[in-house]
Amino acid sequence: MIVKDIASLEGITTVIEGDAMDREISEVYCCDLLSVAMGGAPEGSCWCTVMANMNTLAVAALADCACIVLCCNAKCDDNMLMKAKNEGITVFSTELPVFKAALEVHRAIEG
Amino acid sequence: MENSIHLQYTVDGTDFTKAGEASSDVKHKLKKLNVPTDALRRIALAMYEGEINMVAHADGGTIDVDIYEDKLTMVLDDVGPGIQDVDLAIQEGYSTASQEVRSLGFGAGMGLPNMKRSSDEMKIETEINVGTKITMTVYY
Repeated sequence: MIVKDIASLEGITTVIEGDAMDREISEVYCCDLLSVAMGGAPEGSCWCTVMANMNTLAVAALADCACIVLCCNAKCDDNMLMKAKNEGITVFSTELPVFKAALEVHRAIEG
Repeated sequence: MENSIHLQYTVDGTDFTKAGEASSDVKHKLKKLNVPTDALRRIALAMYEGEINMVAHADGGTIDVDIYEDKLTMVLDDVGPGIQDVDLAIQEGYSTASQEVRSLGFGAGMGLPNMKRSSDEMKIETEINVGTKITMTVYY
């Protein structure tokens, strides 16, 4: 499953498209503590979180996540959008809570 | 003395949103030098945690990076309050971060442990009310 396939999942919408829409997703990762995510987010993962700020994008870029799914309708502000654009990171949004969003992506990966 | 590429960064102690600029820049430069991905990730994580610590606990500081053929060293220097108990600070889950820092998703007590795990060598020199200097080396 590649990054752009996430947009077709029910209840998940694209906030901003990054540079690697065709990148393969390795697995789903859930965490809201950035320091924990930094040490634990697997390379190429789809990171589901409610933590929507500039540092979320910095962590995603440094940990080399494939994309971010902002859950529980967490909103991206303009600064965050600009940072996502600069870093080339794809951000999705959903009203779903973290577990349900992650489960949906996980099921799609498993096929 | 081995040849190295020297880089220096100033970390703004007032702005959390700018934390990560130094590590991001180093990561991009190392990518161009074909440093292996695993080392790249460890270097970027260690430096980013250091930057966050400088903003969260000190009033910013400086980072000196030296890139050698087989390793990278970084020296993070601040004039902050110093670390009261280094053994405690390096334990996972121990944190003295403010509520503001925690609300941004940090302050989980993973900063120094992540830095230690990501680097091959780490030395902490700290003095109360004088500052902290952390030297880390990553081999590749």
